Amino acid sequence: MTMLASIVHVMCALLLAPALPGVITRVKAWFAGRRGPPLLQAYYDLWKLLHKGAVYSKTTTWVFVAGPIVGLACAMTALLIVPMGGTAGVLSFSGDFLLLAYLLGLMRFFTILAALDTGSSFEGMGASREAFYSALAEPALLLGLVAMTAQSHSLSISGMVAAVTPVAIASPAGPALLLVAAALLIVFLAENARIPVDDPNTHLELTMIHEVMVLDHSGPDFAMIQYAATLKLWVLGALLVGILVPVRSGWWGVDLGAGIGGMVALAAVVGVIESTIARLRLVRVPQFLVAASVLSILALVLVMR
Amino acid sequence: MVWFLTALALLLLGGVLSLVLSRSRKTASLVGAISASAGGAVVLLQSFDVLISGQSQSLRLAWSVPFGSANMAVDPLSAVFAVVIALVTMLAAVYGTEYLRTHADKKNLGVSWFFFNLLTASMLMVVAARNGVLFLISWELMSLASFFLVTQEDEKETVRRAGWIYLVAMHVGTAFLLVLFLLLGKDSGTLDFDRLSTAAAPSWVFFVLAVVGFGTKAGFIPMHVWLPEAHPAAPSHVSAVMSGVMIKTGIYGLLRMLTLFGSLPAWWGWTFVGIGVVSGVMGVLYALAQHDLKRLLAYHSVENIGIIALGLGVGVLGISYKSSAMAALGLTGCLLHVINHALFKSLLFLGAGSVLHATGTGELDRLGGLLKRMPITGATFLVGSAAISGLPPLNGFVSEFLICLGAMIGLSGQVSLTASPLMGVLVVGGLALIGGLAAACFTKALGVVFLGEPRSGDVAEAHEVGRAMRWPMIVLAGLCVLIGLTAPLWPVVLQPAVAAIVPQQSSIAAEAARPLTGVVVGSCILLGLVVVLVQVRRQLLVRRRVEQAVTWDCGYTAPAPRMQYTASSFARPLVLLFRLFLQPRDDIDRPQGLFPKHAVLHTHAPDLFRRYVYEPLFAAIVWTTSKLRWLQEGRIQIYVLYIALTIFVLFIWKLR
Repeated sequence: MTMLASIVHVMCALLLAPALPGVITRVKAWFAGRRGPPLLQAYYDLWKLLHKGAVYSKTTTWVFVAGPIVGLACAMTALLIVPMGGTAGVLSFSGDFLLLAYLLGLMRFFTILAALDTGSSFEGMGASREAFYSALAEPALLLGLVAMTAQSHSLSISGMVAAVTPVAIASPAGPALLLVAAALLIVFLAENARIPVDDPNTHLELTMIHEVMVLDHSGPDFAMIQYAATLKLWVLGALLVGILVPVRSGWWGVDLGAGIGGMVALAAVVGVIESTIARLRLVRVPQFLVAASVLSILALVLVMR
Repeated sequence: MVWFLTALALLLLGGVLSLVLSRSRKTASLVGAISASAGGAVVLLQSFDVLISGQSQSLRLAWSVPFGSANMAVDPLSAVFAVVIALVTMLAAVYGTEYLRTHADKKNLGVSWFFFNLLTASMLMVVAARNGVLFLISWELMSLASFFLVTQEDEKETVRRAGWIYLVAMHVGTAFLLVLFLLLGKDSGTLDFDRLSTAAAPSWVFFVLAVVGFGTKAGFIPMHVWLPEAHPAAPSHVSAVMSGVMIKTGIYGLLRMLTLFGSLPAWWGWTFVGIGVVSGVMGVLYALAQHDLKRLLAYHSVENIGIIALGLGVGVLGISYKSSAMAALGLTGCLLHVINHALFKSLLFLGAGSVLHATGTGELDRLGGLLKRMPITGATFLVGSAAISGLPPLNGFVSEFLICLGAMIGLSGQVSLTASPLMGVLVVGGLALIGGLAAACFTKALGVVFLGEPRSGDVAEAHEVGRAMRWPMIVLAGLCVLIGLTAPLWPVVLQPAVAAIVPQQSSIAAEAARPLTGVVVGSCILLGLVVVLVQVRRQLLVRRRVEQAVTWDCGYTAPAPRMQYTASSFARPLVLLFRLFLQPRDDIDRPQGLFPKHAVLHTHAPDLFRRYVYEPLFAAIVWTTSKLRWLQEGRIQIYVLYIALTIFVLFIWKLR
């Protein structure tokens, strides 16, 4: 039964992930007093891109083609590991969180290489920043998970998240979990190229990070990148929702529904964040990311106290 | 042991023969490489036999040297190192036949092969020696043989300087080992390993001597300064051997020393963890700031030795906190990373050698676009880069996974320790930071060297290297993938070697295999998805228009290769963030006037330990000794007087 729930979660994620950016843009439009694009805009975009041809730069090699493919494969594999609240991941074992973190690392590795493969200095700049920020975000993510291990005594990410029950939140370890959630929120925003680290809607290549790296991709390749980005949003979001929506009723349908509701709420919160705060100056971003690591370590101290 | 001795004889015979036949460059190369491969193959077979059967083999010969007998043995711990030594030297020898052909014009190749084989034989002797005198002789032979290999291009000032630094560093390290062995043999009067005693001094004395002595060879920070000098100076196949396996003999020495102690204090483990985090993070930071491909790789050896030290630290902490699971996971990770690093680092050095061979430069900012011109070198370098960054599904991930898991066992409630949170933060946080920075560094190296457009004319005309240089790289890349995909097997294979240090741990290997099975399942799913997506993409594009164009450049019409992002600019944000540790210096010649003609910017990140620790230290030694110069009068009568006085003083001291 639990395996069925896990599979249902993966299916839901594969189908619903592109709706999350729609929710974010709708909320932002509402704040700005606009109507905004339809909720399903991302699906239309994907559909359109999948039916287009492609243009490749003469400079590029097979690495440029491999970038989106490996990226999407990594995001899908990561989706198999991540739990949604009490619903365990399809693939769950001791130390699976390391595989999850390093799969995201592999995805980034290939995205950066594909960007450098074009020989464009804009894309090189984006690649440099991506490598820079992710080197600081990775310790924050893993330290947050170390703190969760200490709280749950589980070495598997499914076990860690399942241990976050209303009882646990009310216990003395509760504040520590909230600190972990704060750290993971920072990682979530940084890794998914959202404000205040990166602005997906800026129109200047010089100021973008993630979007500038994929300037040269087109057609199905670009569709894969966009889809992989929404899956990554789902993967890291599911971790956050796992802590912040501790619905553990025992009926998997209810738990999963609450989790998916949580994802939509999280997307709305991202919309609010993007509407209310400005992007950080590039030199301030490292401090923001190091703060996430510090929050994680603080959480660990609180748990072990 | 017969086979082991046969292999040594083959290596030495081949070396001497190559020296004798050095009149013909081709024969010398052939004899050298064939004997190195044959010797390596024999050692490989025998070591596998020892590892699989778990039975050690030993040999004890009487000799007239004091302090025991010529005692040798291959136990599983030695076998692990012997496998790595044999494998990497075999492949490097094959590579060397072609590499040396063009890279050592007018050099006597017989000499080069003689020292190569001597280096291989002495490394094997180091791991097999069970007597202090034999060990130290082999150790010294290893240092000297590699010194002559490093200084092969001795017409260059930088190479001579690098060789000098290397020679001094090795002998300072050996001095500590000499004292270590003298103390170990003091009580029993013999230096046979099975009768060494640690009673002669407090255990911390042994520990400090071993960490400094073996750590100098391994390249722990701050004893690493010789590494970034010597490795780039050596011919590339020798750099691969030195960086891939020779520095690991330092780790072997430490592990062997640990077996002499009944109980290990926790602070030893913490020292290793500290050394590991510092070496790992500083090594990768220095690597990021480098502009030369081989120097960058040399600093990455410091980083990886740091990761190995982290594993060692987790293992020692496990032993001292009596958690055999933690100890086994840490030490298995440590040993597996020794193997893994040997594979991917020698692969990367061979790749760097091919780049050097094809373009004549290792300067990152002059290279570019080589993947199109050298597809095999590029693809294998990519595998090596992903592996060294610790990414799945390759081997680097497996060993880092084991070390992390070992560090987190304490938090999972299986053993309750007050020290476990600190361990989790240091090891997991450290490895995450090291991994992220290594990925940044290798996307830089790979992107600037192999992707984009060539940044200088010579590079555009580069060709793929020949077969003898390609195959060793392909084999090493294949092994990186193979270990990644057969991960659950390795704790079982390494179990007898780990058992030499942690006795009671039979079921741990099986237990470690379970999470690794999960990793392999994940990796297989990943690879399967990649295959499926490649097909999907092909189907989608089959009836559509696929065009070629120039890279999108925001409407600018005349892009030139020199406008590409450079290695320095790629690493700049990280270098500036860690400027406290790196203290980068810029030499800038600003553009001046309304129509500036030229502008120059050089960025450097000099090694701080060299600048602030060793240069003042050696300056002080020179200053002190210069004050004693008045002793050197130059008149022979004075020296006779010195001798007479010395004998007189010795007599009095003896009579007292």
